[in-house]
Amino acid sequence: MNDLTPEKNPSRLAKWSRRGFIGAGVLAGGGLLIGIGVRSGNPIDALAPKVAAGEGEQLVNSWVKIDTDNIVTAIVPHCEMGQGAHSVLAQMLADELDAAWDKVRVMQAPTDGSYIVTDTARMFVAPFTMNAADWIEPTWDGLFTQIGRFADALITGGSSSIRTTGQHQMRVAGAAARTMLKGAAADAWGVPAKEIETRDSTLIHTASGKSAPYAEFATAAAEQPMDQSPKLKDPSQYRLMGKSKARTDIPSKVDGTAIFGMDAAPEGLDLSYAATLRAPVPGQRVVSMDAMRAKGMRGVLQILNLGDFVAVVADSYWQAQQALNTVKVEWTKPESAIGSTQDQFDAYAAAIDAAGATGGEEAAAKGDAASAFEQAATIIEAEYKVPYLAHAPMEPINCTAHVKDGKCDVWTSTQVPLMVRTGISDATGIPKDAINVHHPYLGGSFGRRLEAVYATMAVRIAQATGYPVKSVWSREEDTQKALYRPAELSRFKGGLDDAGKLIAYDNIFTQRHDPAEASVPGIYAIPNTSVRVAEAPLHLPFAAWRSVDHSQHGWFIESFIDEAAHAADADPLDYRLAMLEGSPRHVAVLKKLAEMSEWSAARTGGRAKGLAIVESFGTIVAEAIEVDMSSGSPKMTNIWAVADAGYVMNPDGFRNQMEGGMVYGLTAAMYGELDLEDGTIVQSNFHDYRMLRMDEVPEIKVAIINSGDVPVGGAGEPGLPPAAPALTNAIFAATGKRIRELPIAKQFA
Amino acid sequence: MAKFTLNEEPVELDVDPAMPILWVVREKLGQNGTKFGCGIAACGACTVHLDGVPVRSCSTAVAEAEGRTVTTIEGVAGPEGELTAIQKAWISEQVPQCGYCQSGQIMSATALLRDNPSPSDEDINAAMSGNICRCGTYTRIRRAIKVASGQLEPREVRESGEA
Repeated sequence: MNDLTPEKNPSRLAKWSRRGFIGAGVLAGGGLLIGIGVRSGNPIDALAPKVAAGEGEQLVNSWVKIDTDNIVTAIVPHCEMGQGAHSVLAQMLADELDAAWDKVRVMQAPTDGSYIVTDTARMFVAPFTMNAADWIEPTWDGLFTQIGRFADALITGGSSSIRTTGQHQMRVAGAAARTMLKGAAADAWGVPAKEIETRDSTLIHTASGKSAPYAEFATAAAEQPMDQSPKLKDPSQYRLMGKSKARTDIPSKVDGTAIFGMDAAPEGLDLSYAATLRAPVPGQRVVSMDAMRAKGMRGVLQILNLGDFVAVVADSYWQAQQALNTVKVEWTKPESAIGSTQDQFDAYAAAIDAAGATGGEEAAAKGDAASAFEQAATIIEAEYKVPYLAHAPMEPINCTAHVKDGKCDVWTSTQVPLMVRTGISDATGIPKDAINVHHPYLGGSFGRRLEAVYATMAVRIAQATGYPVKSVWSREEDTQKALYRPAELSRFKGGLDDAGKLIAYDNIFTQRHDPAEASVPGIYAIPNTSVRVAEAPLHLPFAAWRSVDHSQHGWFIESFIDEAAHAADADPLDYRLAMLEGSPRHVAVLKKLAEMSEWSAARTGGRAKGLAIVESFGTIVAEAIEVDMSSGSPKMTNIWAVADAGYVMNPDGFRNQMEGGMVYGLTAAMYGELDLEDGTIVQSNFHDYRMLRMDEVPEIKVAIINSGDVPVGGAGEPGLPPAAPALTNAIFAATGKRIRELPIAKQFA
Repeated sequence: MAKFTLNEEPVELDVDPAMPILWVVREKLGQNGTKFGCGIAACGACTVHLDGVPVRSCSTAVAEAEGRTVTTIEGVAGPEGELTAIQKAWISEQVPQCGYCQSGQIMSATALLRDNPSPSDEDINAAMSGNICRCGTYTRIRRAIKVASGQLEPREVRESGEA
């Protein structure tokens, strides 16, 4: 089995750094990023002008400022793309700080090397160190911070904000600030710091009757030594953590005042607008451009051939797009041999065929699968395939760029602001320290905004025009010219003994990205396992798409386990429970799901249920779906989920993420599909790249198990992987039709 | 010259009459609450009211608004900024995730509840299925509509055992 401890799998670290979660190799080559990111020496003088410009605001440490009205502001390094991290990270900091929640505000940390998320970076580079407390304790002052800076480690992804930055930076920053405030009050009052209590943003010394709001000592606190490893609260002491506090960003999202990247309207800038056209096949370049018609169209200012793309700049985006639609471009011949969807799957099948029964790169191995197959009473085989997918966040891709006097400002929705800065610098030669990346709220992302290309395009346009430009991609451009969840083909062979027990398991597939364990059926006690990867060409550029490799392998594995249960003539729940005997958390999650969904209740009409369980990003999630097949096509009638993330910091926010992850996964399962023709994507917008809508999503019930005493797990992604298999397993239960290819809907059309 | 009323303010501006209302309100009038999602009236993010009727502003030329009244998300709240029952319910049910589609969702829901103060699930499906939410907040939108229409207690009351 794929053991994740470093001494047993020394290649793991190298793999992570080589592959790189975000695909651009930005993380330092295998360096361990350790430390809480709260640097000693209090770099306040350097940071204060960037984050504490307001009157009377005092930066206590890098992550906390307090103003004269006793408002505490948590400076949050992660972006807010709907996952709620801004609020929950502030909740964690405020709890350790003993701040009054109604006096807590959230500020997006500036794009500055001081706000790198060292611990998130460490999770991507060296995940096996994540939960080793000894690794966290020493703060190696500048060293690891420097590595993080080199690596542009200001990333939001991997369902990591709460369990890394929250647990190891925000809480520490809050606790350290509290200690510093107490120290300052103790000095002023002439009492021992340990006699001072803190409550609701107030310092209290009961014996002397003294009390003061935090604001009174904020300035003096900033001069106090920074405690590098302050004692954090025990769960019994939490006041905010574990509570469903309302999110701080939501009021601005119901009255239209929330600012997304698309809404950037920098003061004093008279914006023009660009529409862009990229090559239909990745890698193509412009041979020639005919823009005669566009030139005369109303509002058009400039038409640019930038080699790898074409842009029209106009007085409005709509005018720019109308004009661009008339521009004819001849592109160089595509380099990829893959033209059609069939070509892509043929390439996968050829690679898998070539690997044979034992070839390919080993992803996981346990026991002796080859011998075990010889002893099996029953052999089952299955091949599954899933298509390419786009992320399709609601906010189309955009970036506003202003280049003047050697300086560059951009406003854009991004998960990787420092990487955007580096990308712009690499593409234009503008030095990094002359580039300021402003990143407002993201209108969804799901992995889409982990690249720098669209920002570099906007800056190149602004350089070419000489005036500030907002560059907006059409929905069609984002559907057809982006980065994609890879299509995938996966073959399985299982060997069952006389009793139906799965004793041999072989799986080979072609696309391995991240996380490395996604393809390993590691939660199940299967004695002989072989998981292999066959190298095959991938036509479209890879993207991390919500839950990344778990999005495919969760469906593959949980479909195949369901097939094994059927072959063994066993109930799918009982069959899984029997293979999870040594895993009490997984058993508890499944048993709770069975209770909630009334799993063993008699069926009615054309309805049946399916279930699946996947552990991903540190969280165990089991889901059951009831489907009604009476109309001949699947209609979901009930969805249940049970999640164990160790400890949930904000239950309602967590439930919202589970609901969202399921709907995202079920949308892909029902409808998601991008086809290739002549090397380019056929689908273009929501009419042919369909989404689940209000009338198709039934009630979703989510239960949370806080099993405690385990590391906190993620929320944004783990709800997704079990959704598709729960649905297809339900369709099988209702109809006997096993779905081995996604999407589902067209198979019942 | 286009002339219409935007959120109770008269507006007059020189603009291509074919330009969709979406881009006029966003780029020419600085009202950014109305969102661009697809450009083909397929997602509902750009929903505004034209004389009270929800329309997709990405595909409705400003010429069609001539002499008429356009209401955007910025014009929904009361004169002192007091939130409507729908907006309050959106907060109590913690509906938005990224929030980008929610202006359009709220505009569709506002028209629904004005015409139908106590909508059934089927009524909600019919009125709201033109609005896509990629974050998947549909079940919360449904609950919020029921809370706003008095068919369901707000979350704070329903879950009073949990802070």
